[in-house]
Amino acid sequence: MTTPVAPLAGAAPDLPRRAFVAQIMGLPISVHVRGPRARDEAVAHAVEQSFAELRADDATFSVWKPDSPVSRIRDGRDSLAEAHPRIRHVAALCELAGHRTGSAFSAWLPDDEGTIRFDPTGLVKGWAVEQAFVGLVGRLRQFGAHDAVINAGGDIAVHCTRTDTPAWRIAIEDPRDRSRLLRTLELRTGAVATSGTAARGRHITDPATGVPAIGLLSASVIGPELTWADVYATAAFVKGPTAVGWLATLAHHAAVLVAPDGGVTSVRAAE
Amino acid sequence: MRKIVTAVMGTISGLVLLFSYHTSTNSEATTSPGGADTDAGTSSSSGTYTGDAVQTRWGPVQVQITVENGTITSADAIQYPDENRRDQQINAYAIPQLNAEVVQAQSAQIDTISGATVTSDGYLQSLQSAIDNAHL
Repeated sequence: MTTPVAPLAGAAPDLPRRAFVAQIMGLPISVHVRGPRARDEAVAHAVEQSFAELRADDATFSVWKPDSPVSRIRDGRDSLAEAHPRIRHVAALCELAGHRTGSAFSAWLPDDEGTIRFDPTGLVKGWAVEQAFVGLVGRLRQFGAHDAVINAGGDIAVHCTRTDTPAWRIAIEDPRDRSRLLRTLELRTGAVATSGTAARGRHITDPATGVPAIGLLSASVIGPELTWADVYATAAFVKGPTAVGWLATLAHHAAVLVAPDGGVTSVRAAE
Repeated sequence: MRKIVTAVMGTISGLVLLFSYHTSTNSEATTSPGGADTDAGTSSSSGTYTGDAVQTRWGPVQVQITVENGTITSADAIQYPDENRRDQQINAYAIPQLNAEVVQAQSAQIDTISGATVTSDGYLQSLQSAIDNAHL
């Protein structure tokens, strides 16, 4: 396998690298670590701890598990105001996400019967993955210099601690043909999130109308933090083609929108 | 080597110097009279070193470096002037260029793939699973 980018001087192209995969929240979650101890058991334990944190968040926030704390809030058995601080923190982030997206994101969505209920799912996944990843990067520090990437069902966070490695090379897939890759980018630290319906045909509801958004095939957002890249990708998908103007106002972010006719629009906010 | 590193880690400018001169520092370590023998030299020139927090006009800055066999492989600011983590991440982050090239899915040059949410059921057929399998 060839190295995609000319590495910096003193590069160590043969650094150990290891992938770890777990199925959590109904998603395949893969973590790659590269660095001198990537294949040591200690690193495997550090990764497993992040997987355990994600399982704990799934148990708390799942709207599919009927007795999860969030399910109990949804059906009125418990109140959000008295919920665990972690749930109230997420609810506050959801409020902030509503403000930052001009209400294109909301945690108050209709359920299958059309009743509006608390549903933080659209924010929780990116947020929980980012939290677990930040924890992993911190734990890896004690083992020396390691780079890491996490990919949770298509939403990605990367971190490079090393200075002698190539940036992580990330591809954005073509929503019309998932065996093709539409754009590539190189990132040492940051996140990429994609919203779309290609994978499971599942609808993303426009909170303003309560009906599925259809203006785009996919919206990908690149930014410093996965929580917000994910929220902004969801909001851009809901806004449709007119999201371009809004995305251009987001400092530190870039985006790739794919229209129903396959047209690709790249947006790069002014620095 | 440890003493050299620790002493120089005192200031940010010291870190820059360390970067500039790590090659000469290495040769000094191997050629200096009375220097440690090769084994001890190797073990003492690897490790993680944390500098003292330095006051700057923007606030305290503290840097941690990792040395492997006499070469700095990592430099990380572990304390920033602004404790806000969002700012820390943005400090380390630059908006990447988006390459317009269409890459064949079989390309081995991709580390990971972003797309509409993959379910656990669809994972085995996904490109990501192929990439993961190459590194398990």
